[in-house]
Amino acid sequence: MEAHSAEEMQRHVKTYFAVYIALLVLTVATVGVSYLHTTTAMHILAAMVVALVKGSLVAAIFMHLSNEKKIIVYSLVLTVTFFIAIMVIPVLVECEIFRYLDRMVS
Amino acid sequence: MSAVIPYISKPHPVTGVTNAKFGIWLFLASEVMLFGALFSAYIVLRVGAETWPHGSEYLSVPWAFANTVVLITSSLTMVMSWAALQMNNFAKYKKYMGATVLLSFGFLIIKYIEYSAKFHHGYFPANNTFLAIYFTMTGLHGLHVIGGIIVNSYLLFPGSKMWNTDPERFAGRVECAGLYWHFVDLVWIFLFPVLYLL
Repeated sequence: MEAHSAEEMQRHVKTYFAVYIALLVLTVATVGVSYLHTTTAMHILAAMVVALVKGSLVAAIFMHLSNEKKIIVYSLVLTVTFFIAIMVIPVLVECEIFRYLDRMVS
Repeated sequence: MSAVIPYISKPHPVTGVTNAKFGIWLFLASEVMLFGALFSAYIVLRVGAETWPHGSEYLSVPWAFANTVVLITSSLTMVMSWAALQMNNFAKYKKYMGATVLLSFGFLIIKYIEYSAKFHHGYFPANNTFLAIYFTMTGLHGLHVIGGIIVNSYLLFPGSKMWNTDPERFAGRVECAGLYWHFVDLVWIFLFPVLYLL
């Protein structure tokens, strides 16, 4: 972030408080949804969507990522790519094709 | 003679950001992978388990909800302490940074109440896979909270003298500490539903 004028900072402060309220509302929502009677898959989907929205708000506004230099954004795109990769690995383990390959080598 | 680290307060001509900020972001990238590995392990363990308890069978959702509110509030006070410095209001900075440190202690106290209730009921990491991953992930997160308290307390008390000698550099330090603190909040935003609500 560059140097800020007083009015600009006042605007930022308003945004910070708005994000704070949104985070509180979403926290109540995620707990509320968890008490609904639905499938585990739906619970996981709802919890992850709410957590992703909350996380994005924190990263974009509190961590100023919405207005950050390219080098930092690119570094994080790279990080997120690898993060997704390690999230997908457990799913691949369950894939039929890997069981098949496993049988072939053994 | 002390060595001068370049581009601490002024942006580096190549990256466009200060070396301090680029450094903290690279550190946070490595932290994403550290916690990512644990979330990945959680998925493997959960998918591979014959049965998996609902978090609320072992854990207290109300306490965790309270802790979520405490941590989100501390993130707000942290960003407000930085904003106060941008507005040249040092007294306000002290107030908000003080609130951040107090809220962080609040988080640890609630975590302590939760942990001791688990131990009291005889729930230990060795009991089952769910408790093992619960204690591992919240334990590592708790260590990060303690790290944040140490840095933020330094910036609140002895480190704040720098405001008089090099205010730009001091604001940069508060910003970097803030980035770390928001990351700790971000991890909890995912830990809370994954461990307590699913």
